[in-house]
Amino acid sequence: MDTRQTIAPPRPVKLFHRFANPGQFLRLSGKVLPWLYSAGVLLTAIGVIWGLFFAPNDWQQGDTVKIMYVHVPFAWLASAGYVSLAICSVLSLVWRHPLADLAAAELGPVGAAFTAVCLATGSLWGKPTWGAWWVWDARLTSVFVLFLLYLGHIALVRAFDDPTRGYRAGAILALVGVINLPIIKFSVNWWNTLHQPASIGLTGAPTIAASLLWPLLFTTLGFTLLFAAITVARTRAGVMERRIRMLLMAKTSESGQS
Amino acid sequence: MKRKTKRLLILLACGAGLASAAGLTLSAFSDNLVFFVSPSDLAKNTPNGRQMRLGGMVEQGTVERTSGGHAGARFKVTDGKADVLVTYKGLLPDLFREGQGVVVLGVEQPDGVFKASEVLAKHDENYMPKEVVDALKKSGEWNPSSGSPPPNAVWNAPAKPAGS
Repeated sequence: MDTRQTIAPPRPVKLFHRFANPGQFLRLSGKVLPWLYSAGVLLTAIGVIWGLFFAPNDWQQGDTVKIMYVHVPFAWLASAGYVSLAICSVLSLVWRHPLADLAAAELGPVGAAFTAVCLATGSLWGKPTWGAWWVWDARLTSVFVLFLLYLGHIALVRAFDDPTRGYRAGAILALVGVINLPIIKFSVNWWNTLHQPASIGLTGAPTIAASLLWPLLFTTLGFTLLFAAITVARTRAGVMERRIRMLLMAKTSESGQS
Repeated sequence: MKRKTKRLLILLACGAGLASAAGLTLSAFSDNLVFFVSPSDLAKNTPNGRQMRLGGMVEQGTVERTSGGHAGARFKVTDGKADVLVTYKGLLPDLFREGQGVVVLGVEQPDGVFKASEVLAKHDENYMPKEVVDALKKSGEWNPSSGSPPPNAVWNAPAKPAGS
């Protein structure tokens, strides 16, 4: 850490305070990340191989039911990713947590990508099952709105010259969009939809036969760990990027003074 | 500390306002948010010549497939209380069968027959392999063409292996 002393920033105490949490995050996440990746890949591989080659087909849908092993985890992660985005936004707006700002900015593209895969696989599943690629029922429309919210957040966070203003605006947008989450979840119960109601709930046995359900549990857990791994890796990159930018700025201001 | 509490309270107040506004809007527009109407809903109103979606179950023993120049079918859609006769020309989805949920797009004719231009199959939340269905049929617990399967506890209990 000799280099840091030679390019001492103008206000070392404040800068240190600002880096305290992200520094700890970098150390901790560096240790966790390889485990997240390897466990995620392993569980996903088990689930996919089990689901594709060993699980039985559905009696009506045949092979088509195997799309479930990707569609369901991505649909769950589209919503769960948005919940994480909302938590980061509260931390950012109320507690002004610098790490939450970065995590929210990095969560947006990951969530948008997962939502896009959920919509695409759903469309591929809809054609052979329902007979339509897309219908504007309440469930499909509300998930499409979720996708647009992610895109809006991605754009808004990066739209300002001053990053802090972008983080604030993005956090407000993300929190307004939280209203969409219960609509997604309960759309299939509140209104008539083409999409079927949930098969797995907190109460009662699932309505998916156990032999079809086991691989789904593995892929769900696997994709969830991979979602976390990608987000953590992106946030680490964001922290390091900001650190380099601040060091460069400190260096230029110092050379300007001398 | 005080500033943080203030920000949190403002956030909660905004959230409560937004949630109630959204709740009121959704309940006001609830009738327009449904994807389809049921046969009972259809029976309440006189045919108005407007295109709409009708959803329900294909009634057992009512499917007549028309062959010849145009493939198609005549069948009744029911919700248990009322039923509507549907005529359709075109290809039916693979999952179409008696006892299956369907959503048909079309116009109710003055004589009460629903002329459909599109038939979509509605899959329910039950997924089971063929062996489980065969076992349920054999034991007389479920006839797929009569409607929804029995409660999942009957066929998805972990203690009872499928087929026994």
